[in-house]
Amino acid sequence: MKITLRVWRQKNSDAKGQMVSYQLDDISPDMSFLEMLDVLNERLTLDGEDPIAFDSDCREGICGACGLVINGLAHGPEGLTTTCQLQMRSFNDGDVIEVEPWRAQPFTVLKDLVVERSSFDRIIQAGGYITAPTGTAPEAHATPVAKTDADRAFDAATCIGCGACVAACPNGSASLFLGAKITHLASLPQGQPERDERALNMLHQHDEEGFGGCTQIGECTAVCPVGIPLDMISQLNHDVLGALSRGGN
Amino acid sequence: MTELFTVGEPIADTKAPAGPISEQWDTRRFEARLVNPANRRKLSVIVVGTGLAGASAAATLGEAGYHVLNYCYQDSPRRAHSIAAQGGINAAKNYRNDGDSIHRLFYDTVKGGDYRSRESNVYRLSQVSVEIIDQCVAQGVPFAREYGGLLDNRSFGGVQVSRTFYARGQTGQQLLLGAYQALERQIAAGNVETYTRHEMLELVVVDDRARGIVVRNMVTGEISTHFADAVVLATGGYGNAYFLSTNAMGCNVTATWRAHRKGALFANPCFTQIHPTCIPVSGEHQSKLTLMSESLRNDGRIWVPKELGDKRDPREIPEEDRDYYLERRYPAFGNLVPRDVASRAAKEVCDEGRGVGPGGMGVYLDFADAIRRMGRQAVKAKYGNLFDMYQKITDENPYEVPMRIFPAVHYTMGGLWVDYDLQATIPGLFVIGEANFSDHGANRLGASALMQGLADGYFVLPNTINDYLADGPFEEVDESNPQAAAAQEAVQQRIDKLLSINGNRTVDSFHRELGKILWEYCGMERNAEGLKKAIGLIRDLRAEFWTSVKVTGENEELNQTLERAGRVADFFELGELMCIDALHRNESCGGHFRSESQTEDHEALRDDENYAYVAAWGWGGEDGKPILHKEDLEYDYVEMKQRSYK
Repeated sequence: MKITLRVWRQKNSDAKGQMVSYQLDDISPDMSFLEMLDVLNERLTLDGEDPIAFDSDCREGICGACGLVINGLAHGPEGLTTTCQLQMRSFNDGDVIEVEPWRAQPFTVLKDLVVERSSFDRIIQAGGYITAPTGTAPEAHATPVAKTDADRAFDAATCIGCGACVAACPNGSASLFLGAKITHLASLPQGQPERDERALNMLHQHDEEGFGGCTQIGECTAVCPVGIPLDMISQLNHDVLGALSRGGN
Repeated sequence: MTELFTVGEPIADTKAPAGPISEQWDTRRFEARLVNPANRRKLSVIVVGTGLAGASAAATLGEAGYHVLNYCYQDSPRRAHSIAAQGGINAAKNYRNDGDSIHRLFYDTVKGGDYRSRESNVYRLSQVSVEIIDQCVAQGVPFAREYGGLLDNRSFGGVQVSRTFYARGQTGQQLLLGAYQALERQIAAGNVETYTRHEMLELVVVDDRARGIVVRNMVTGEISTHFADAVVLATGGYGNAYFLSTNAMGCNVTATWRAHRKGALFANPCFTQIHPTCIPVSGEHQSKLTLMSESLRNDGRIWVPKELGDKRDPREIPEEDRDYYLERRYPAFGNLVPRDVASRAAKEVCDEGRGVGPGGMGVYLDFADAIRRMGRQAVKAKYGNLFDMYQKITDENPYEVPMRIFPAVHYTMGGLWVDYDLQATIPGLFVIGEANFSDHGANRLGASALMQGLADGYFVLPNTINDYLADGPFEEVDESNPQAAAAQEAVQQRIDKLLSINGNRTVDSFHRELGKILWEYCGMERNAEGLKKAIGLIRDLRAEFWTSVKVTGENEELNQTLERAGRVADFFELGELMCIDALHRNESCGGHFRSESQTEDHEALRDDENYAYVAAWGWGGEDGKPILHKEDLEYDYVEMKQRSYK
């Protein structure tokens, strides 16, 4: 396959970036998208040019490190797929492919396609946990959990924290990320004692980081590589309203 | 052989308490000194790594009141490669009433490790396993449950009970997020300082104690030294020495290798695990290999055509022309034999020319029977995400066509030598999780890595480290200390050197070539001739690296080429030691199969008389030879037998 890449190049967070074109002539459809970038980087290195910086680690779609906006879509054209799981067979010979980093105010571009996402960690710090210090746990079977609840918790907990939802949202909202964690923990009996303050504190932190509000557009769930559904934002709103009505703030 | 290494003093004491094995952990916890909660605030601990072991240890030490400094190379602690573990976590809960017990888990693990692990540590691991499940459930880990609301279990290779707890095919992710959330809670509480995108490049040893680390800020390139009263390495395994493995791209040996060069013994480096069920390599561009969980072997049947060169579509090959070789050779365990046995059997049928797929490097893993028996929906519920992943990568639908699988490097049983307290041979240096060597012997059983990582991090280390810290706080040190300054200077010089070579080969081309050497000569089957050849090849390649590698850019920026160059430089040194270790161990055991040492029907043949020991290697200096220290293994509770899964 022959393809033309147009890639966002930016030396560091202070520098001004621009799109740069690269021509690739010998791309196998069995390569992953990131392996295609590896091939380009090998060539750039030998030419003495700076290779393109991008994040990736597990390359099996679970760690959440990778994330590129490809032809305007977070994680590219295939649904339910991370960038690292995207294969070149999803493209055609002769395609021009545009590659950009996540763009959102809280996600500073560090270099080329690498962005800063520690805001997600701080949202978890604000309450995305169940307080259970090591050694204090009761016997695992002391509290049965209905299978439907456990399954719902799991469906929410599969969020990989990649940030595609934010990159796709016109408001730059992280509500889907937030909703997934709220739903995970609120679906379980263990998560009830801290449920109200968790919802409020995580939302406050979300806003403080500079993420926008949700207006139910749904771009987030359309690009989510693990298919977190939009109703988890409803769960977030439900929990926030419930907490407020019980006197939280 | 003596031209390759020298022999040093044997290791006399593992510090395991005396007395019956079932009481040793209680004894140790009682005898270990404690640190008064008010004094813990004055004591600091560095924890490198945020996988299951690192995150659980950092969180637990923070909860105890120690001041913890925690590091990872990823942009968030949640991305450590434990996240990718699929299948499950073992625990001797005996919820199935199928005869399981702490003693049986202990026995299975010692046997599965082919009698090359330490009894005392494995017994403790089995004891602690039951608490891990309780802990994780309390944190909100959404384990699979039955309709009655109780936890579900499944079977894994090498055992005949059902003791594996799981969260669909994403158990590692869910356990890691539990530990990560506990860690973030401690960060918010101010008990843990977090340093993401920081890579440890050197250990700082002051007055014979581990007192700090040199790290590079991977965004700015700033190199700095951080100090504490103790250092914990939870930096994972070294499977990426092979270039292609199921490890994440960033997994590396640098932290443990740098500690080794500072005096920590490196134990059993040749014990590497080749996992039988991975997606076969598709071409030279391949950057990593993808594992398909071992749990697939519960319902999938492994086969190849009986006849050489049978190129028919697998669906058109009738039953009588198929060889279900694991079921044929190992009727008692069938497709659920341990990983080393399954991998080697796959290699044998491929070597015979009966392999399938491009290049003949694959075997079928077939779910047609399972779909007939359970229905497509049930198979989907159990394995759906794995099937989807397979289809994305290969463009083949495993509901319709049998999967193709082939073994790939997955886990490393070797690692830094530790005593019963998980302390390395440098005082104040503790090593947990895959980074240490202690629990899996020559082969790890499925669903035991998650168990060990969390056992070490939540329950073992937080108890044993107290005894060491009870002597602290140690004398204050800072950058002006000559040993600390020298460590930081050495890091700077190495980086300057890598950037100055400006040769004509990329880092990845060296790494790929090193990986091929190790896979060919120190992979699934090894022999003396090949290993000697590999040592020569690695030395030549390493010399070429230091004169011909091309690292672009500078240190004071985000420079991923520079990061990789440093890691590959350490893989060369480790790779040579792996081959020396494999060469010296002239027996077959677990994942280490020496072709000179096999039974008539090609099973691994152990040599307990000569090799029932841990090979713990000392660093012999830049131009010196490694020094072999032996820890003799004694089995008082499990009888040493030739392993049989027939």
